[in-house]
Amino acid sequence: MKAPLLSWSTRSGRARLYQAALLAAIALAAALLWRNTRQNLTARQIRTGFGFLGQPAGFDIGEGLVRYGPTDTYLLAFAAGIANTLRVAVAGIVLATVLGTLVGLGRLSRNALVRWLCTGYVELLRNVPLIIQLFAWYLVATEILPEASSPIALAPHVYLSKGGLQFPHPVWARGWAWALAAVPPGLAAAWVLARWARARRERTGRGPRLAWPAALLAVAFPVAGWLAGGAPHALELPEVTRFNVSGGVSLTPEFLALLVGLCTFTAAFIAEIVRSGVLAVPHGQTEAAAALGLTPRQATRLVLLPQALRVIVPPLTSQFLNLTKNSSLAVAIGYPDLVSIANTAINQNGQALECIVVIMSVYLAINLVTALGMGWYNRRVALVEG
Amino acid sequence: MEAIAARPDPAAAREPPPAAPGPAAWVRRNLFSSVPSALATLLVGAALVRVLPAAVRWLFTGAVWAPDYEACRRLEYHAACWGFVAEKHRLVLFGRYPFAEQWRPLVATLLVVAALAASAHPRSWRRWLAPAWAVVLAAFFLLVRGGALGLTYVDPGLWGGLPLTVLLTLVGVSASIPIGIVLALGRRSRLPVARGAASLYIEMVRGVPLITVLFVASFVFPLLLPQGLRLDPLARIALAITLFQAAYMAEVVRGGLQALPKGQLEAAASLGLSWWQAQRRVVLPQALVLVIPSFVNSLLSTFMDTSLVTVVSMYDLTGALRLALGDPQWRNFFIEGYLFVGAVYFACCLAMSRYSHWLEKRLGRWARRPEASAA
Amino acid sequence: MSEPIIQLAGVNKWYGRFHVLKDVDLEVAAGERIVICGPSGSGKSTLIRCINRLEEHQQGRIVVDGVELTEDLKSVERIRREVGMVFQQFNLFPHLTVLENVALAPAWVLRLPREEAEARAMQQLARVRIADQAAKHPGQLSGGQQQRVAIARALCMQPRIMLFDEPTSALDPEMVKEVLDVMLELAGQGMTMVVVTHEMGFARSVADRVVFMDEGRIVEQNPPREFFANPRSERTRDFLGKILPR
Repeated sequence: MKAPLLSWSTRSGRARLYQAALLAAIALAAALLWRNTRQNLTARQIRTGFGFLGQPAGFDIGEGLVRYGPTDTYLLAFAAGIANTLRVAVAGIVLATVLGTLVGLGRLSRNALVRWLCTGYVELLRNVPLIIQLFAWYLVATEILPEASSPIALAPHVYLSKGGLQFPHPVWARGWAWALAAVPPGLAAAWVLARWARARRERTGRGPRLAWPAALLAVAFPVAGWLAGGAPHALELPEVTRFNVSGGVSLTPEFLALLVGLCTFTAAFIAEIVRSGVLAVPHGQTEAAAALGLTPRQATRLVLLPQALRVIVPPLTSQFLNLTKNSSLAVAIGYPDLVSIANTAINQNGQALECIVVIMSVYLAINLVTALGMGWYNRRVALVEG
Repeated sequence: MEAIAARPDPAAAREPPPAAPGPAAWVRRNLFSSVPSALATLLVGAALVRVLPAAVRWLFTGAVWAPDYEACRRLEYHAACWGFVAEKHRLVLFGRYPFAEQWRPLVATLLVVAALAASAHPRSWRRWLAPAWAVVLAAFFLLVRGGALGLTYVDPGLWGGLPLTVLLTLVGVSASIPIGIVLALGRRSRLPVARGAASLYIEMVRGVPLITVLFVASFVFPLLLPQGLRLDPLARIALAITLFQAAYMAEVVRGGLQALPKGQLEAAASLGLSWWQAQRRVVLPQALVLVIPSFVNSLLSTFMDTSLVTVVSMYDLTGALRLALGDPQWRNFFIEGYLFVGAVYFACCLAMSRYSHWLEKRLGRWARRPEASAA
Repeated sequence: MSEPIIQLAGVNKWYGRFHVLKDVDLEVAAGERIVICGPSGSGKSTLIRCINRLEEHQQGRIVVDGVELTEDLKSVERIRREVGMVFQQFNLFPHLTVLENVALAPAWVLRLPREEAEARAMQQLARVRIADQAAKHPGQLSGGQQQRVAIARALCMQPRIMLFDEPTSALDPEMVKEVLDVMLELAGQGMTMVVVTHEMGFARSVADRVVFMDEGRIVEQNPPREFFANPRSERTRDFLGKILPR
């Protein structure tokens, strides 16, 4: 005799009962919340739906890769916001990784002064909330730096002031296009050279690694392209006028403050990750490598680094995601990232639900992509175990 | 080979040879062990020699300590004006709480600090700890809110400063623990619906920034309530922080559940305990103790996260500082203000993280003792 | 008799203030098999680690194969090519296959072409009878198999001396035999071996000399027959009483 589907007495029956109850509870809660929301929205006369995305937004966005004016749509506004978020996130990730790795290795240094400095850096920056650091950097950028009419010249034609950081950029010309086009072939040539050197070494046991020559090759191609295109060297230079600095690439103080704040904060965490990654490799591995006669350099490259990287990469990715999420603090200092723009949009048209759905979807999408990439990487380098 | 007779056995070991007199050898090894190292020492040393005396002068010797605006103005930023802190510290530390009643949040905060100190040592982790904390929280509320026992009522909109930070942290962490435990158990459940729902919640909440959740609290929560019901802004924010932290707490608890050997659950089942009983009596007590250092880290990160509520117009420690800096007379002394608040956060956070390290080391020894008791 | 291949004279070592090796004198002739035993903490592991400079001694002289061990890195490099070591925890490189583990040092230290290094590696793996596992990763092997790979890895450098630091202590009992068998074969082929171990059966059958250490000193050393039948010192008797089966 078969037991009924929803029976309390069998394990699977009970499981089904629990799940049915759970589903019912969730559905009920969702229905109740939905009913309340509809009532409140009608009462406040707020429109619903994503139609507003096609409407002109009526506000301006001060900076970014996407040119935006008041007559452009909300959709474009969000796109501009996403571009700005990615802009600061990518730059921040690169800089934070470099700085963090240096500081992390510095904490393991034999030199006591370097060690203390790096430890002090990490302890200080990890124990003060990010938003305070951001406010502090923002105030430095807008109060302590000199007026735009008399900026600090960090280098010829590189100016730092309350108006931001301005530096020259090349006027676009054929030579630059050729240089850019030559980058992929240059990288390919470098890769081929490195592989040939490696094959030769394995075949004969001797021969240099040719790492530097390969790198030089990767640079030589774009340089050749640039030369072939007529070696254009016209630059658009920032000029100091009576009131401000005009021309060249301009990075606003908001962007600078956010970038520096995010970078230094995240670097402190990355330093810890790098340090624990290096320390996580069991000492026995170092001993075995030494006992076999490998030089410290060889041991690091062949034995320690591969194992340390496996430990470092997953939490490092988490930090990258954290940096991207932390960039949302831009709303506090006026940098027009996605959250900032959504905030303005909500204030304009009151459609809080839809705007928040947009923000959350974007961040969840970034998360998903990163998680998939992480999963692929982990599977590839996983230590094979029985 | 001839046998070597056993030697007479001097019991004492000898002292190591004095390799080189202490400080000189240490300096050589740690600062000048190689050419790059020596270079680094020289560079860093030179930088320090230039920066440190100037910093000490700015911070301490030349500074103005009295709340004297004229004296501060005369400094022209060549030294610190701690008078700003002297003048505004009550506003920064207590927010807009009524001046005369500020002893109440002060006492409440000290009470919490005392309770934390008392709970710090593993020896005090007994059954009565959780109820004791409930009493402390209730006392905190009572003191700050008033409206009973002869204390005047103070509207939650006026609560601010460090006590507000402490309140949001405590409520956020303590309320998120039970929710986190439920989510963790759900995520590890065999039932697909439970696992799916828990995983969905956890991944969604962990994937978005806290600011988004605070926006949800400010803009969306009012929409979700039935008409006529209003939720106090402070309660909304506290709820948002709780729901946010619950997702991270769930991952912490899940770590503990995974670290527990499978044999524990099997042994409980073989004894006839039901799943719920096994979780309650065998699994959770052990798993939760395993992750106590991670709990402390959660506490630390919640404490730091509460600083974000300034974005949604709550005057916690950070928000109150910005309020104080709104005063046009004192607004140029923002460096001193941020140093002050930064120092407060730094002291609290450093203490918590050092405690967490100490606890981790200690639990390594303690967990092996058979009389490990925690609820 | 020719020069001993390992000479320790008046060796002292401190860990901080803890005096771990006290006036150790030891000589090992080429082709000799020495077993070092003693209670834990007696300094036996430290002693053999000093021989290939994984640990540094503070006083005394250590001469290995005619080369004195000093701070000079060149001398350390030369000695490590002549001395192979097998660890208690195997210390195989988990991210490389078995073959790659064994071929690594010949390729990078001896600078052999890859093919030759791998051929040598396969030879050594066959010698320890584990050649069929060459493509696997250490994590996929049992403890006994891993330790045999570790022995092959050390042998692949063709050392004149092999040091063993408690090679079977981390193994399940049924795997101890396979490792001891390999070590017996090695001994039979004339390798100079210094073995720290608790396996007294191995000592009895293979060792030319058994050395007993306690609290950093060599208390007694004798050929196994003498050592086990007539231990001279009280402490030796005590120790043997605890570890030999009744």
